[in-house]
Amino acid sequence: MTLLITAFAAIISTVLWYTRKDDRMQLGFLSLMFWGASLMWLVDAVFEFVELKSEYFTPAAEDMLNDSFLGLSVVALGLIVWVVRLLIADPEGKLKKALSKR
Amino acid sequence: MACFLVSAAEAAVVTVVEKHVEKKEKAREAAGEQVSTSAIPLSTKLKWLCTMLWGGAFLLMFEHIWHGEVVPWFPFLTAMENSEDMMEMFKEMATVGVCMMLLVTVVWAVMCVVAEHIAKAPAKAEAKASKED
Repeated sequence: MTLLITAFAAIISTVLWYTRKDDRMQLGFLSLMFWGASLMWLVDAVFEFVELKSEYFTPAAEDMLNDSFLGLSVVALGLIVWVVRLLIADPEGKLKKALSKR
Repeated sequence: MACFLVSAAEAAVVTVVEKHVEKKEKAREAAGEQVSTSAIPLSTKLKWLCTMLWGGAFLLMFEHIWHGEVVPWFPFLTAMENSEDMMEMFKEMATVGVCMMLLVTVVWAVMCVVAEHIAKAPAKAEAKASKED
């Protein structure tokens, strides 16, 4: 589930990056981060499959729920990293403008 | 157990190389020389690899924290507490960790070749058209 959720996050962020005219929102960074994690979890999944064989596809409900929470938490963490990076870079100068007003 | 450390180590090395290459490219640009013979500068390509490796390793580290394999106190990895777990950890790093690192690097290399081909396509088409004229 963690792999699946992260892979979906990677696909969605890549589509969003592709549809935008420029990369001011730094969606390229977000998609590369999720793709990196997805590839790493893919390797993990292959090793687990080799060990468990068909059992890999029939996980216990409790394990699946835990994995789903983990996957969602990973996506949330990735988004937090991206937002913090975006705010630090402040490509549209909105943060700078807001702070200078004060 | 600690498979993400292999990717993190590669990420650290690639970051150092990327900074060095970027410095060289900036110096070449300042001197008015051609930055790179390829359509996409090497430093940009290395930045892609850095993001994939650091991002992946960071998110995997979070997974290890979730499973209680990484702790905030010394030696930070629960597998380091006894020799049996330590050997298993090293085995996992040598197998899963190395495969992760290799897969990310291979995908990045393919991505670079495809991106270079796409970036050079308009210039090639233009050259072909001018030859025909």
